[in-house]
Amino acid sequence: MFFLDHIWMVPLLPALGAALMFFFGRSLSKRAVSVICVGVVVVAFLLSVGAVWQFTHYTAANHHAPYEKSYYTWLGSGTGHLTYTGSGERPAEFRANVGILLDPLSSVWLLFVTGVGLLIHIYSIGYMGHEGGYYRFFGYMNLFMFSMLTLILGNNYVLMFVGWEGVGLCSYLLIGFYFQRKSASDAANKAFLVNRIGDAGFILGIFTIAWYFGSVQFTTVTEIARAHPAWLNNPVITLATLLLFVGACGKSAQIPLYVWLPDAMEGPTPVSALIHAATMVTAGVYMVARSNALFVLAPRTMMVVAVIGASTAIVAALIGLVQNDIKRVLAYSTVSQLGYMFLACGVGAFAAGVFHVFTHAFFKALLFLGAGSVIHALSGEQDMRNMGDLRKKIPTTFWTMMVGALAIAGVPGLAGFFSKDEILWQTWSAQHGTYRFLWYLAFITALMTAFYMFRLIYLTFYGESRVSPEAEHHIHESPRSMTLPLILLALGAIFAGYLGLPRSLGGTNRFEHFLAPVFEPGAEALRAAETASDPGVPVGTKAPGAAEGHESAEYVLMGASVLAALGGIFLAWKSYAKAQKDYREPIAAASPPLYDVLYNKFFVDEFYNTVFTGSLKLGDKRLGVMGASEFLGDVDRTIIDGGVNGAGWLTRFSGRMSNVWDKWIIDGLVNGLAWVTSFFSYVTRLLQWGQLQWYALVMVVGLAGFVAYYVWR
Amino acid sequence: MGEITILHYLVVAAALFAIGVVGVLTRRNVIIVLMSIELILNAVNLNLVAFSRLYGLHGQVFSIFVITDAAAEAAVGLGILIAFFRNKETVNADEIDLLKF
Repeated sequence: MFFLDHIWMVPLLPALGAALMFFFGRSLSKRAVSVICVGVVVVAFLLSVGAVWQFTHYTAANHHAPYEKSYYTWLGSGTGHLTYTGSGERPAEFRANVGILLDPLSSVWLLFVTGVGLLIHIYSIGYMGHEGGYYRFFGYMNLFMFSMLTLILGNNYVLMFVGWEGVGLCSYLLIGFYFQRKSASDAANKAFLVNRIGDAGFILGIFTIAWYFGSVQFTTVTEIARAHPAWLNNPVITLATLLLFVGACGKSAQIPLYVWLPDAMEGPTPVSALIHAATMVTAGVYMVARSNALFVLAPRTMMVVAVIGASTAIVAALIGLVQNDIKRVLAYSTVSQLGYMFLACGVGAFAAGVFHVFTHAFFKALLFLGAGSVIHALSGEQDMRNMGDLRKKIPTTFWTMMVGALAIAGVPGLAGFFSKDEILWQTWSAQHGTYRFLWYLAFITALMTAFYMFRLIYLTFYGESRVSPEAEHHIHESPRSMTLPLILLALGAIFAGYLGLPRSLGGTNRFEHFLAPVFEPGAEALRAAETASDPGVPVGTKAPGAAEGHESAEYVLMGASVLAALGGIFLAWKSYAKAQKDYREPIAAASPPLYDVLYNKFFVDEFYNTVFTGSLKLGDKRLGVMGASEFLGDVDRTIIDGGVNGAGWLTRFSGRMSNVWDKWIIDGLVNGLAWVTSFFSYVTRLLQWGQLQWYALVMVVGLAGFVAYYVWR
Repeated sequence: MGEITILHYLVVAAALFAIGVVGVLTRRNVIIVLMSIELILNAVNLNLVAFSRLYGLHGQVFSIFVITDAAAEAAVGLGILIAFFRNKETVNADEIDLLKF
């Protein structure tokens, strides 16, 4: 079990790379930087593959037990300093270990994070080759890998939170990589601040769990939650899961906290691919899936998750329809696909959500890297209005991006089809159709996904060339270090889906089987609880038994989603395939106001600016939440502080009065007495002239005088 | 020579006392002053011993006390003097005038 025993090296190797870059990066050559930073990720990837391979043997021999190992106690030491009373007067101690939890869920993430991460690192060698701050870029990337792997492998919520904050920091650093550009540093700040809102929810959720369960360890919390099926609809668990979901909303860019992700495209393209498409933004899904034992106990939270996921999917897809920046289209597409994943989690089909995370990592990283390759070829041009007719000039990029677009659009046979179809099917069938209304949203989103992806493909690679003459000269296919990851990711985008081939298509859905130890026990326990209590209660879990009977419905839905994909592609072909220099957006032609609203992203940023950051002013006073807080600040400064300061002034004044009384009256009395005494004793003091023997003489003379008096009286 | 009467003793004692007083009052050196005090004490002792002939042994007992007292007083006095000498490097009585107004 070499790899499994040394799995702690997987996060630490990138940390080592980041540390080397931090201390020595400046003096290293670009070649050395590449060797170190890509090398550690290669080793981490190989270790991860070995560890997962050994884990499958380990878990088969141990009744599907996860592999868990705590290395040391990090917070709380068994000294009783951090004890508290948990729910039901249970004594508990706050204790977080540094430890590893490897189970099927973290295995999936481990493999695609290191695998896709490795490909993106290789790609970055070519993409960032001409940029300044090469070592800084790779140092941040390695730091990101370390944080992400900590997030994935940590065996408790607190350690997960460390990784969670770490990836947030790296995201901030990498969005603001071109920090001399104001828009980039603004976008970095926006991402950081919006994520902070989510993180506040997450940490409150952790505290709620620590208080209620007396532990923050995943296995313990899951065990306790599964041992109490009667906790269904428990308000504390509902609250905890809602708070956790707030955190997930921030990190995974869901309504209302999705606004940072499109702006995050200010970072270098490999960053967008790695952090803002494939890995970091799926951390929220990971956290929800990891807490599935809690979420199934809170059907109301599940409903919230599903509704927010579906709304995010459709809103982001709508905005994505009309954006012109190639990376922004992909960013909104990412938000939309993340919405799908949360929709799956919300309807209880965690495995389907995780499957979509897995396939999405391949095709979305592929699309971003392809977009990066296009931008690279056009010397930095990102606006699709200035592209066109590139398919012959950069063929490798074209073909690989085509694969990615087909995969995300849901064309049968590619990865996206299987995972998206699974989600649609689960949304339709889960809990006897409770969530069927969301299926319509998801279905329209699927159509729009195909449309905007092929709008991107046609505007970039087909039609008439709208490239500026200067850029036209430099068009070149990207170097091999960039095309190789594209090809490998394209292969992944084609074949990753076959891991989860559904039963209705003659597969065995191995992916779901693999994840079953994580998700099934909760589902089983709840089915038991459901039959024991009211069968009408909507429970956040799917019932596979019901799914078997509906195979014909599944085929119909599958046909519908294929039609949606093809319909979207057809519409895009019709509108954009022959785009001239002055092509018109079909939506703008049909309904200019709608186009305006979509193009301005539903004015959400403006709305947030008005409501929260107070861009609206009345005189020199801001309005909105910021204005309210400034008003409260003024109240605090003038009234509260005024009261405190007034009391202070009064105290000082009375102190001064008391001081005067003491100094002049009391002290005056005492000093006056002393002065009077000293005045009247002046004469006697003169006798003290200090000659010892004179004193003795006076004594003798006095004595003699007395003697003489008594003798001769 | 006639018999030595009590008067002789008293005369000697008075002489010693007078010498002692003069020494205390006139000498600058404090050691000499201490020695003069010893003379005064011994004059008293002589008186006590002399009168014990008339009035019993109480006087002699008292003189023993006085001798003890003298020894203690000399020890304390010399001690003070040494401590003082360390500070001022002098044993002259006229220079010991710290309490002067």
